[in-house]
Amino acid sequence: MSLFKNAFDATRRIVRGCTCGQHDSQDAHERALRAESVEAAQHEETRYGRIVENAVMRALFPRDAQRRLFLQQVGASTAMAAISSLLPIAAATEAFAQAVPEKKDLKVGFIPITCATPIIMAHPMGFYSKHGLNVEVIKTAGWAVIRDKTLNKEYDAAHMLSPMPLAITMGVGSTATPYTIPAIENINGQAITLSVKHKDKRDPKSWKGFKFAVPFDYSMHNYLLRYYLAEHGIDPDTDVQIRAVPPPEMVANLRADNIDGFLGPDPMNQRAVFDGVGFIHILSKQIWDGHPCCAFAASREFVTQTPNSYAALLKGIIDATAFASNPDNRKQIAEAIAPANYINQPVTVLEQILTGTYADGLGSVQRDPKRIDFDPFPWDGFAVWILTQMKRWGQIKGDVDYAGIAKQVFLETDTTKLMKEAGLTPPTPGSKTIVVMGKSFDASKPEDYVKSFAIKRT
Amino acid sequence: MTLPLNIRAFVLSLAIFAVFLMAWHVATQSGGGAPAANIDPEYAKLMGQQVTQGKSAMPGPLDVGKTIWGHLKDPFYDKGPNDKGLGIQLAYSLGRVLLGYALAVLVAVPLGFLIGLSPLISKALDPFIQVLKPISPLAWMPLALYTIKDSSISAIFVIFICSVWPMLLNTSFGVSAVRREWVNVARTLEVGPMKRALTVILPAAAPTILTGMRISIGIAWLVIVAAEMLVGGTGIGYFVWNEWNNLSITNVIVAITVIGLMGMILDQTLARLQRAVTYPD
Repeated sequence: MSLFKNAFDATRRIVRGCTCGQHDSQDAHERALRAESVEAAQHEETRYGRIVENAVMRALFPRDAQRRLFLQQVGASTAMAAISSLLPIAAATEAFAQAVPEKKDLKVGFIPITCATPIIMAHPMGFYSKHGLNVEVIKTAGWAVIRDKTLNKEYDAAHMLSPMPLAITMGVGSTATPYTIPAIENINGQAITLSVKHKDKRDPKSWKGFKFAVPFDYSMHNYLLRYYLAEHGIDPDTDVQIRAVPPPEMVANLRADNIDGFLGPDPMNQRAVFDGVGFIHILSKQIWDGHPCCAFAASREFVTQTPNSYAALLKGIIDATAFASNPDNRKQIAEAIAPANYINQPVTVLEQILTGTYADGLGSVQRDPKRIDFDPFPWDGFAVWILTQMKRWGQIKGDVDYAGIAKQVFLETDTTKLMKEAGLTPPTPGSKTIVVMGKSFDASKPEDYVKSFAIKRT
Repeated sequence: MTLPLNIRAFVLSLAIFAVFLMAWHVATQSGGGAPAANIDPEYAKLMGQQVTQGKSAMPGPLDVGKTIWGHLKDPFYDKGPNDKGLGIQLAYSLGRVLLGYALAVLVAVPLGFLIGLSPLISKALDPFIQVLKPISPLAWMPLALYTIKDSSISAIFVIFICSVWPMLLNTSFGVSAVRREWVNVARTLEVGPMKRALTVILPAAAPTILTGMRISIGIAWLVIVAAEMLVGGTGIGYFVWNEWNNLSITNVIVAITVIGLMGMILDQTLARLQRAVTYPD
């Protein structure tokens, strides 16, 4: 197929093999890089060292190509020595690891779904206390409540759906309050679950008249389901009904035949299978592999007024995410987060989700270790994609400052504040490729992307 | 020959309860589908009992009894902010209800008195009361969360707003319906207005006021469960929500039973108070 690729399309590669040339395919290349970074993430010093080094290198070389050129020309070890002599990387790492938090007792809200795994597990597994924090993780009944409680400052930070801080910042569906996403919690990890009575209706074209549930209007679930339906020629507003239903009510509604299916967070998908009321049609990674879902969100006020508490909290989350990204630890995590104080689900259900060896509800066992994965970096391309979908479905109208809002919510806080303090930044935009159902997305041309869809509400 | 009415009623109650338990037990035994035959053992290990053994999703009375016993054995455990014993949850709910309710009494009784005594104020406030009274207390929740900016105070506010109306209306009705002769006699005896209100009107209106208070406590207890399900955190309503989240019907039934019993105790307490202030005409 690569023979027919458009050679003048800047977003596609025409060279065989990977970008660095050392591996057979891009996939092998990414696997190798990933193995190396997981290795580094296992040890605390190297982990913080990596974060600080990343921040410094990004500040020195805003364009990734320059950095690589520089490294190729002088060699990695010379470069490291040269930069270390100019900038106190070791001291910065130390400062990042040791700042004293202004406020030790923090409250973090979460919704009991597996997306919140890093936030939750950091409590029983001691990642918060390791950074000198006394964090209470508080279970909350729904997205609107978690939003209001965070806006009320009852929570210092909270688990949110990643579109929510964008909506809050723009004042869509709430009063405008500057919000930030310092870390994405999970990638993938959602699924379309259908009622067992639809076992034979696997073609979305036959779904006209279905009633679907999604957790919230401003959720990746809503946008992914709409995208998926629209790609199959089903208009999500007129051909089917999509309602916002809190996750815990999804399985109950499916059992009661109130809905035909849902694109929901786990553990609800697996729970529907476990209780014999639904089957997993597809995993959300089959729509967009590597999509963000939930986020760790904090108000800009918390970030700027208590920077050390914020940094310590973020470090706890980063530690937890690093721990969770190792597949060997997943069983242990499932046990830690299953009790009533946390997710409150059978361990078997959580294990299936986290290990990716799961019953699909149709009688077979599927294996997909990347069913859910944990990667904290909030690429601003994610934000731009979310904004394009908000625009596409008429949640926001008029001209949208895609890049501006994305930077403000997903990036800017970290670069301005934490860079100065200690040196934590998410990766620079541009290096992440986003492909949704085979269609690649160029974050620099959001308006064209919105226009390219046949079914839209603009 | 015939036993006293109370004892017969009690025996009949027990019999009804026993029949109910039997019916429930039988219904859950046969419910659910037949155990699925020939499933892959690896697949079966990943599935729940409803699928592998054809167990009904509805728990039987024995399961519920076992769970109740488990809660009774250890009602005050505290395993972190999201998992506390049934006793602690009940105490939280009760605390909220009593606080909101006490505030409502403080506002409704004096205001009701005023309305009952003055036809002018009664007429002037009537449209407001008529509009505010039928609003579902939970509809206040988003507004309360937004303005008060504290979820537990919001819950107390919701209790306050739902229990204030029956008390207000009953108090004003009770006060305005006090026999004219009694007030006139007091006036002839030159009893001051304050003393008249406390020694003549209050005792005369007390049974009606207590009726209002009894209606209110019932409503407050109804509402707290819903409010806590909405806001979460602590309380018996949160307990129901948390167990619903886990689709644990057993625990939900346990909670329903506890809520019912607690509501009965609250109602009976006020009924006793009411009897204490009732006078023969």
